[in-house]
Amino acid sequence: MTGNLAPRPGFILDVDRSSPPIVFHHGEGFRLEKLPAGRSRVIYPAEPLEGLPDPDSAIRQALLNPLGDSKPLPALLKPGMKLTIAFDDISLPLPPMRRPDIRQRVIEEVLDLAAAAGVDDVHLIAALAIHRRMTEDELRHAVGDRVYDAFAPDGRLYNHDAEDPDGMILLGETPHGEEVQFSRRAAESDLVVYVNINLVSMDGGHKSTATGLSGYTGLRHHHNVHTMQRSRSFMDQENSALHASNWRMGKIIRDAGVKIFQIETTVNNNTFGREGPLALLQKREWEWSTRDRLQFLGMKHGLDAMPTKAKRKIFSSWQAPYALTSVQAGEVEAVHEVTTANVYKQHLVPVEGQTDVLTMGLPYICPYNVNSIMNPILVMCLGLGYFFNLYKGKPLVREGGVLIMSHPTPWEFHPVHHPSYIDFFEQVLADTTDPVEIEKKYEKQFAEDEWYIHLYRNSYAYHGVHPFYMWYWGSHALQHLGRVIVVGGDPAAVRRLGFTPASTLQDALEIASDVVGPQPTVTHIKNPPILMADVT
Amino acid sequence: MNPLGDLIGRLRATISYSGFPWRAAPVPTGMKPPTPLKGLGADYDTTWARRYPARLTRAAIVESIMRPTIAALASPDRRGLDRLDEVNGPVVFVANHHSHADTPLLLTSIPEPWRHRIVVGAAADYFFSNRASSAISALAIGAVPIERSKVGRRSADMARDLIGEGWSMLLYPEGGRSPDGWGQEFRGGAAFLAIRCDVPVVPIHLQGTGQILRKGRTLPRPSRTTVTFGDPLVAKEDENARAFAIRLQAAVAALGDEATSDWYTARIRAHAGTSPGLTGPDVGAWRRAWALGGRDRHSRRRRWPKL
Repeated sequence: MTGNLAPRPGFILDVDRSSPPIVFHHGEGFRLEKLPAGRSRVIYPAEPLEGLPDPDSAIRQALLNPLGDSKPLPALLKPGMKLTIAFDDISLPLPPMRRPDIRQRVIEEVLDLAAAAGVDDVHLIAALAIHRRMTEDELRHAVGDRVYDAFAPDGRLYNHDAEDPDGMILLGETPHGEEVQFSRRAAESDLVVYVNINLVSMDGGHKSTATGLSGYTGLRHHHNVHTMQRSRSFMDQENSALHASNWRMGKIIRDAGVKIFQIETTVNNNTFGREGPLALLQKREWEWSTRDRLQFLGMKHGLDAMPTKAKRKIFSSWQAPYALTSVQAGEVEAVHEVTTANVYKQHLVPVEGQTDVLTMGLPYICPYNVNSIMNPILVMCLGLGYFFNLYKGKPLVREGGVLIMSHPTPWEFHPVHHPSYIDFFEQVLADTTDPVEIEKKYEKQFAEDEWYIHLYRNSYAYHGVHPFYMWYWGSHALQHLGRVIVVGGDPAAVRRLGFTPASTLQDALEIASDVVGPQPTVTHIKNPPILMADVT
Repeated sequence: MNPLGDLIGRLRATISYSGFPWRAAPVPTGMKPPTPLKGLGADYDTTWARRYPARLTRAAIVESIMRPTIAALASPDRRGLDRLDEVNGPVVFVANHHSHADTPLLLTSIPEPWRHRIVVGAAADYFFSNRASSAISALAIGAVPIERSKVGRRSADMARDLIGEGWSMLLYPEGGRSPDGWGQEFRGGAAFLAIRCDVPVVPIHLQGTGQILRKGRTLPRPSRTTVTFGDPLVAKEDENARAFAIRLQAAVAALGDEATSDWYTARIRAHAGTSPGLTGPDVGAWRRAWALGGRDRHSRRRRWPKL
């Protein structure tokens, strides 16, 4: 870090002979990789922006001065009304942030205004769509003990249940024939307040409610191969079919008379802290002090010697010291426009031209394995879904190029959280890895499986159809790339995914040259902390 | 009866029977009490207790004696500490007061950076009446003498100087422990000090300490306690000490409501000005005692499974 100087923007290092080896995330560990000199570049994320000095008063100001055609929140609150507060689930932010979570801060401000207005009928819903239910500890972390103790014991704070036949309704259809399925409680409320954390540019806007409070009947219209292959990328709203579909659904929700007061927040890039054991992951390698280097060596060798379970425990206990960089509230679209600009302010890094080979080190966490295991399907989703799509303009890698990702990719699944993933991996991927065929042949069967639905509703399992969506998430990348190589992964698991295993990065580059020719250009995206490439 | 309590009772009886000169002779009615020894009461100089050797000793006492004792006796549930996240610099902590266990409980609950840089306002006529108890109070809890029977400029100036030096202060605005389990009206001293020094006041509500060592009891009895920290309050521009003290009392009462019901219910009642008061109903003694019984209905249970 640069002391009191302004945070530095993202940076591109052209690798030459004097460039140091680069740290790659590698699941619950790290690899140091030397990239070929003269034809490689490394994209570094921007340093964390400064957080707002007084988050609570910033939140209060946002509620009192809404954007768009919305009235201030106090004017929307009346005694005797039905108020529903929905909030983002465990998949945001990543990793989970230190207490107090932003959701707690915002929800307490909203509830304080509701209390002043004498609103008695309040429900709080974790808007998790078909993700797994949040546990008590996770809910407590998100909304705080005060809110949890006030609402959970008598069932007024709960997880959204997209398979509850009495709890879901259809609000209508878009001109494209997309059914809009929605939480009945939210639809019948006088006001829905949505509390969002916008970690990446895909989050927020109409997606918060149109996806978060929906179910399979609604989701299948945009969580499909057709939509994902036409979202280039799904992180870039102007070119995202996923975004367009959610926006169409948002209009139907609005026309159905559901009044939504949207509160969106953005956080900075302070994922690993400015001090502490992981701080060096936010520094550029040549800026490491002697202490950083010794610390890294100790950490790397310690992690290499440690059993996987212990490593998972250590990493999953990490909570990011994220700071709130902006908060805006009011009408959904007006709010989201400002939010997106604030997200871009932190994440966008201008990059010139595409590359033959894109490399990435995948970390231990993705949105769907918080307090869980990163199974091979999630590895695919994080690499080919999230990281590949973190671009505006053009993909970082040229069409027909090679993606090399580094991750242990263990053949291992969390039996409670990911039961349908196990069957997807064993049964579906053993048959085919083609997303179109998978969708056509298997999706309905998994989505309507009674046992998966039971586990989703009553245990802590992702919905039966969720692994399909993970696979579709990477379908644009699968269509675009010539080959995918996984460094340091379990070869059997990597082959099952349809990818090529390699022991080292040098081997992977050798293999890649079969596809892209000798002496390919290489670009490494150093993520996380998160960056989004603006490729021209 | 408890054998230890029995023994203490008999010892007390023996001493009281033995009378003068084993005990001080009572002051005859109508006579002026003798002037207390110089350097005691509000005049006791506690500067030595804020020097490093004493602070280290106090930290050791708090961490190695008070903390395990409080953990065993009070099983504290500490809530609302996140409300102090944005606070910097010295503050005045104010709490309701039921028991001698309140101060150890608070000294082990108040977080860093205040925990080891705090002084406790203690009754000059009670804690600083002789040299031994003065020294023990100053050393063990960082007590400073506060006159509660009259408005003393000396106490006020000392408190102002300490806050100016960066010390935070823990005060019990009720002026003493509760005589019957209900709270007492807040006096204006803490509010006056906060206005004078321009520092925020952190209201704290203590629930359950009265069961441990209430006024009149010799031996502690284990009980569950809840310490609820509130949002820091700052005096408004034209607010005088009396009005601010009323607001502080209301804030502590709202925290008490939060501890015994739930946060949202407490907020609704606080906004409507209907939070249950600290001081209890204005009825006969037995009905006040009766009303105490129904206050703590709050329980927190963990739900299976924890994955």
